Amino acid sequence: MKLPFTITFEKRVEDYPKWLPAATSIGSVVVAFIISGFLLKLVGGEPIRVMNFFFQATFGSWAVISDTLVKATPLILVGLACTVAFKMKLWNIGAEGQFYMGAFFASLVVLVPLVPPETSGFIVLPLMAIMGMVGGAAWGFIPGVLKAKLQVNEIITTLMLNYVAILWNNFWIFNKWSDAGFQMTPVFEKSAWLARITDYARPYSEFIETGGGLATFMTAIGLERISGMTLHLGFIIAVVAAVVVWWILERSKWGYEIKLIGDNKEAARYAGINIVRNIILVMMLSGALAGLAGMTEITGVVHRLQERISPGYGFTGIIIAWLAKLNPFAVILVSVLFGALLVAGREIQPAGLSQLLQGIILFMVISSDVLLRYQIRFVRLHKPAAGEVEPA
Amino acid sequence: MNLEIILHAGLATGTVLLFAAIGEIFAERAGILNLGVEGMMLLGAMAGFSTSLSTGNVWLGLLAAIIAGGILSLAHGLVTIHFQADQVVSGLSLTFLGTGLALVLGEGLSGQSPQLVPAFNIPLLSQIPFIGPVFFANHSLLVYLGYLLIPFTWYYIFRMRPGMHLRAVGEKPDAADTMGVSVYGTRYFYVFIGGCLAGLAGATISLSVSPGWYSTQTTSGQGWIAIGLVIFAQWNPWRAALGAYLFGALRRGILDLQGPAILLGFANPLYVNSNYGFFLQMTPYILTILALIIGSRQAIKKRLGAPAALGVPYIRGERGL
Repeated sequence: MKLPFTITFEKRVEDYPKWLPAATSIGSVVVAFIISGFLLKLVGGEPIRVMNFFFQATFGSWAVISDTLVKATPLILVGLACTVAFKMKLWNIGAEGQFYMGAFFASLVVLVPLVPPETSGFIVLPLMAIMGMVGGAAWGFIPGVLKAKLQVNEIITTLMLNYVAILWNNFWIFNKWSDAGFQMTPVFEKSAWLARITDYARPYSEFIETGGGLATFMTAIGLERISGMTLHLGFIIAVVAAVVVWWILERSKWGYEIKLIGDNKEAARYAGINIVRNIILVMMLSGALAGLAGMTEITGVVHRLQERISPGYGFTGIIIAWLAKLNPFAVILVSVLFGALLVAGREIQPAGLSQLLQGIILFMVISSDVLLRYQIRFVRLHKPAAGEVEPA
Repeated sequence: MNLEIILHAGLATGTVLLFAAIGEIFAERAGILNLGVEGMMLLGAMAGFSTSLSTGNVWLGLLAAIIAGGILSLAHGLVTIHFQADQVVSGLSLTFLGTGLALVLGEGLSGQSPQLVPAFNIPLLSQIPFIGPVFFANHSLLVYLGYLLIPFTWYYIFRMRPGMHLRAVGEKPDAADTMGVSVYGTRYFYVFIGGCLAGLAGATISLSVSPGWYSTQTTSGQGWIAIGLVIFAQWNPWRAALGAYLFGALRRGILDLQGPAILLGFANPLYVNSNYGFFLQMTPYILTILALIIGSRQAIKKRLGAPAALGVPYIRGERGL
């Protein structure tokens, strides 16, 4: 059979339409879900049921939405960490280690302790946030300096430092601060807990009894119960961080330098931009964001330092940054989706499924980028006139 | 703490890194950076283990590992060669994909014991004092295969015609294209070879060095160490072998340090408090960083570098390098 047209790939002459990157990202996720569905079928699963379960378990009610957003919180921050580094074509894949170092440094505040135990949370928490960022930044500084001064490949160094950071954390958890021999430290004082929605549950139930327009509205949307909702202040911190990163990248001189170095290093050098300094600073900023994620996770969720506080957030951050096309606001949206994947992943069997899905999504995204550079055209073949030889 | 034992074990452990690093050398020499080694190794480890378990034939297991690694690498090939996507990101996603696939398909494999790669002595050579027992006795077939692979790779890359084409494609693809060498074809081929060797490296772990399936712990970052070694080795198989075996011996030596109660006349802190072992476990990763620093410094001094077209997609008719 011969098609009446041929399909050709042509290099785009004009810029691609503005909506196309978003469309390819969404399309990639959809295709990735379909492919994983087939894979699941292949290994004997029931894709439809699993997918249905996925949505129920992640967006089915306010309580699970809260869970999803809790998971999205560290993802937003590590996603931003990767975004700033990738903007400069600096391949920081050490967000995982920077996350652990951030958690470690933040814990120092309460575990050493750096402040008296009865200090108010208004002092403890900001101090922990700063320490977390310092820890992450320090862990980003090492590969940054090595890259800037000695041209040591940052991909490998950041990755190796991940393992070092996790082992470092383990040493302290097992050895120094172990809680009665368990692989975790004792629970932090309440002053080192980030506020959670559930902490306001009681006043709210009283508020329902008094009635009023807002209470009726909340009841109408099905939000009668907020006790048990563990969404914490870290989510707000993450969203604010996204705005700050956006401002740095899009509105500040520094952001302009970062983007110029990323686009064309030589041009940046001729323009007099200090590349060595920027490599170190960007690695530190990136590390600080990942470290902040570590801080929000231990103060908002686990309330202690323990083993495996991250199920690979740092690596997921890479995918998030890429899927969001390095746009800080898109990072928030994508993180919510991946937060959902993590929430569902806890219960979906087999265990590697959500990781597999992440891999397929990322593959689809980078493959679909070809559509930004090329356009597909359907060229109609004209009917050969009499006597004309049909082209083979 | 017996040097002979440490070196013997080091050669076995180092063979894993050797296969993976040589595979990566092939891919990078062709201009394609493949950061998915860890994923390909894990998939290879799983495929080899599971095939050997179900068929009872370890050779089929090795074959399955090689094929699995190779096929997975083609995904990276397609995306980076034809779609000209960023090789770093594509390699990372390959790691996710390989790891995810290995975990999903490898469900329930742990705790089983399949047939393993047989170990044997090389006649005559194993009789040489010290060298014999270290290099030629009681090693698995894969270790001996590794010995042969090193000189072969060197000869192939630097002395044979296809090796010259390989280097041309990685250094100056437009010139190679003009000379009639298929740039895309060459790149696909060596990415595939790299994947095959990474798969074999994975199976070397799961079917020989530390038999078993321990999900992501099976490889525990060795794929990344192999990529670091390639830079340290400056894309030369001999240096890669040196690095790989050295790393293998260190890995083993580190384990042995925890054994004795008294070390060099002092109470061994590692024996007294096993938690100091965490610092020992850090050493391979820290050493990789040190090896990279050394490698980079030498490269700057000798003006050696990565293949010029490494990481750059080739588009015919466009100004490249």
